[in-house]
Amino acid sequence: MNIDIVGVVGAGIMGAGVAQNLAQTGHQVILVDVAEPQLERARGDIRQGLRLRRLMKTPASAEPIDAILARITTTTELDRLADAQFVVENVTERWELKQDVYRELDRVCADPVIFAANTSAISITRIAAATRRPDRVVGVHFMNPVPMKPLVEVIRGFHSSEDALERTRAVLTRMGKDCVVVNDSPGFVSNRVLMLTVNEAIFLVHDQVASAADVDRIFKGCFGHPMGPLETADLIGLDTILLSLEVLHDSFSDSKYRPCPLLRKLVDAGLHGRKSGRGFYTYT
Amino acid sequence: MHPYTATVREFLARHIRGHQLQDSDDIFALGFVNSLFAMQLVTFVEAQFAVTVDNEDLDIDNFRSIDRIIAFVTRKAAGPAPEPGP
Repeated sequence: MNIDIVGVVGAGIMGAGVAQNLAQTGHQVILVDVAEPQLERARGDIRQGLRLRRLMKTPASAEPIDAILARITTTTELDRLADAQFVVENVTERWELKQDVYRELDRVCADPVIFAANTSAISITRIAAATRRPDRVVGVHFMNPVPMKPLVEVIRGFHSSEDALERTRAVLTRMGKDCVVVNDSPGFVSNRVLMLTVNEAIFLVHDQVASAADVDRIFKGCFGHPMGPLETADLIGLDTILLSLEVLHDSFSDSKYRPCPLLRKLVDAGLHGRKSGRGFYTYT
Repeated sequence: MHPYTATVREFLARHIRGHQLQDSDDIFALGFVNSLFAMQLVTFVEAQFAVTVDNEDLDIDNFRSIDRIIAFVTRKAAGPAPEPGP
């Protein structure tokens, strides 16, 4: 079965990016979020993302922006996903929220539909257990910004079938992505290492060892990283970083994942990074 | 110096630390900024100079340096070229 209609749940940074990437590659997209203002913001972000693509002369960016946008339907009604042939879920990293969403998806979506969880740290096996189709639940950990990153971390849950993984790989290939399949474990590969790095970088600022700019400069200049850990944190979102660390901390019961107090303070103060205009750096 | 130069230079200086930017410096080729900054720059140009960056204008060459940004803004502010006469 050709997958032409994809449901995307959650219209935050990742959901909007996934929707943009899918529309760019000819898919019809149904983008769902509980909040209409979030959907409006997502529409704006997608338009900006398409303009950026054009600006940077990405190959195949000649298709008119309006034609690509016309493939995306936004709605607050999850029931509209009855037409979806594949679903990517990107709601906030909170188990209670995700659990409710998956129960609804199970009710609304046709039997063969695969649920691809774009979670940064929550167990795919646990997500699958909240559904009646655990063999058709996989993890797809997209990187940010979605349209620009060529590789996706795919996670095999305890019950994920090889057929589901293959069909997921086919969707990703059509999106222009390559993937690496890893086994289910908190934080998978990417975030288990990255969150520790980011958290330690934040501790360095907290302990006044160096400024944020100097920490990042060391990573860029000494190791050739395109972005330092604190710029990366701002890009991901400090609130998301905090949630991910809390999931890792709960899952491993290991104090090495305890979030730095400075991170909590910035999140409490509303400094969430790029998306709020300010984090370790200012973006407006 | 063009009246817009100081405004553009000040905006770029907030994001490019530790380098004295020349008007002709290609900020992308020199690696001072990345593609994510490109849209921030486009948004700044639209808001600051009250011009609309149309789809046809979305060419990174229009934004590579202070000189090019000013040339682009000046061109847009002057409006479309007049139609040829009968």
